Amino acid sequence: MTAALALGDDALVLSHRLGEWAGHAPVLEEEVALANIALDLLGQARVLLSLVGDEDELAYLREERAFRNVQLVEQPNGDFAHTIARQLYFSTYQQQLYDRLARGDGPFAPLAAKAVKEVAYHRDHAEHWTLRLGDGTAESHERMRRGLEALWRFTGELFEPVEGCEVDWTALHDEWLARITAVLDRATLTVPEGPRRGAWAAGAGRQGVHTEPFGRMLAEMQHLHRSHPGASW
Amino acid sequence: MAADAEAYQTVFDAALAADERIEPRDWMPDEYRASLVRQMAQHAHSEIIGMQPEANWISRAPSLRRKAILMAKVQDEAGHGLYLYSAAETLGTSRDELLDKLHSGRQKYSSIFNYPTLTWADVGVIGWLVDGAAITNQVPLCRCSYGPYARAMVRICKEESFHQRQGFELLLALSRGTEAQRAMAQDAVDRWWWPSLMMFGPPDEASAHSAQSMAWKIKRHSNDELRQRFVDICVPQAEALGLTLPDPDLRWNEDRGHYDFGPIDWEEFRQVLRGNGPCNTQRISQRRRAHEEGAWVREAAAAYAAKHGEAGA
Ligand SMILES: [Fe+2]
Ligand SMILES: [Fe+2]
Repeated sequence: MTAALALGDDALVLSHRLGEWAGHAPVLEEEVALANIALDLLGQARVLLSLVGDEDELAYLREERAFRNVQLVEQPNGDFAHTIARQLYFSTYQQQLYDRLARGDGPFAPLAAKAVKEVAYHRDHAEHWTLRLGDGTAESHERMRRGLEALWRFTGELFEPVEGCEVDWTALHDEWLARITAVLDRATLTVPEGPRRGAWAAGAGRQGVHTEPFGRMLAEMQHLHRSHPGASW
Repeated sequence: MAADAEAYQTVFDAALAADERIEPRDWMPDEYRASLVRQMAQHAHSEIIGMQPEANWISRAPSLRRKAILMAKVQDEAGHGLYLYSAAETLGTSRDELLDKLHSGRQKYSSIFNYPTLTWADVGVIGWLVDGAAITNQVPLCRCSYGPYARAMVRICKEESFHQRQGFELLLALSRGTEAQRAMAQDAVDRWWWPSLMMFGPPDEASAHSAQSMAWKIKRHSNDELRQRFVDICVPQAEALGLTLPDPDLRWNEDRGHYDFGPIDWEEFRQVLRGNGPCNTQRISQRRRAHEEGAWVREAAAAYAAKHGEAGA
């Protein structure tokens, strides 16, 4: 169940990061919206992880090297533009991936069919803010540009084939790039340049190699559960 | 002019007497309007400041099910803040104006949120006692004389009662759990019980706004009445949880048909209200920081809306 773990960990980890915004969002409406997205992702993660085993054992008792999420989703929130850039890259990918899975006849088709509607909203939310920040003020434009730039090197990994997902990964990549390019163009921004895969760029989360901030995130997430072995909550 | 004002006042008084709702476009006395704005603003501020002590535990929630429940709860509180700021806007006061007053300390929020959430059990106790006290306070507000406030309260109370049950259920899991979980639950109840009783405000004889609010049918019951009602509800629930309420004077009084309870430390209440609680500074500075750090986002949304001719964020 490599695929369930990979997709489940993506959703679990991104949900956790978005949950860190609670009480810190720039407007009240975004407290609601970010929590909404985090809750959708957590719901998806629970279904996917349950296909593999006990959801809590998997979330709370695995070591960092056993997580299969892409490195993009574990990146710290940064400012609001940084979070939106992460959302744009990931939700565009997730929407297109789930759309394909939903139309296929693999084991994830029913789950993907349900999730793709949620994910389409996540993508709309990210695009909505990319436009506003890119084409808002000089400051927001600059912050959005920096966020997109900083996270660019984590986007190559999204298109590493995941065992168990019957998807044309090259086509997925091309479609993703086309959509991102169109949105950034409307937002008066440009697609970043620079490496996206290979030894010089990040990208081995699917193999369990993560970035430094992830260990700290897991330490916080797992500490209470691990402090009471065998307890139920 | 004076005759006009008198006529308006007569219509307003008659509406109150007939238990009719006052609506935004109806005439109302300035003091009634001011009092409502003050109360609704304080209520809205409490919802959004109240997100902080619970959000403190989202990243550490010990199971995915509890994490989902907690995230949804904190999200609900943000939604309550939104309804209430909108309800206050019907009286001609903008959300920005009210947030300014919160950030500069000119308006208050419920003092209960100036206590820290030290363990996971605090999340359960907040649901059980703090949301529980809020419900006791707010259910009568569903019949408040001001229409938009009353209607907002109907929606809010439904969700608060979910929160209360979820908090109770969280504590039940702890009290039936390991020795350490049980101790965690008891410790949290010990720390939150008295501050929860203070949520009903000062005793009736010392309450500054109560009498007038009751005459205007904004408030329907006195602070002490509501506090007693809350104690009477909580005692059997604590028994069901197998947890002790930290009050040696708590006992059933056959004659009154209520539980007697010990004296409340009003000096602590006054200190926390004055800004000297454990978390006053922390809560307000986090709120201010989120607002200030979000300024460029709000400016961007406004600039985009101006360029493209649509409503801002
Ligand atoms: Fe609330
Ligand atoms: Fe609540």
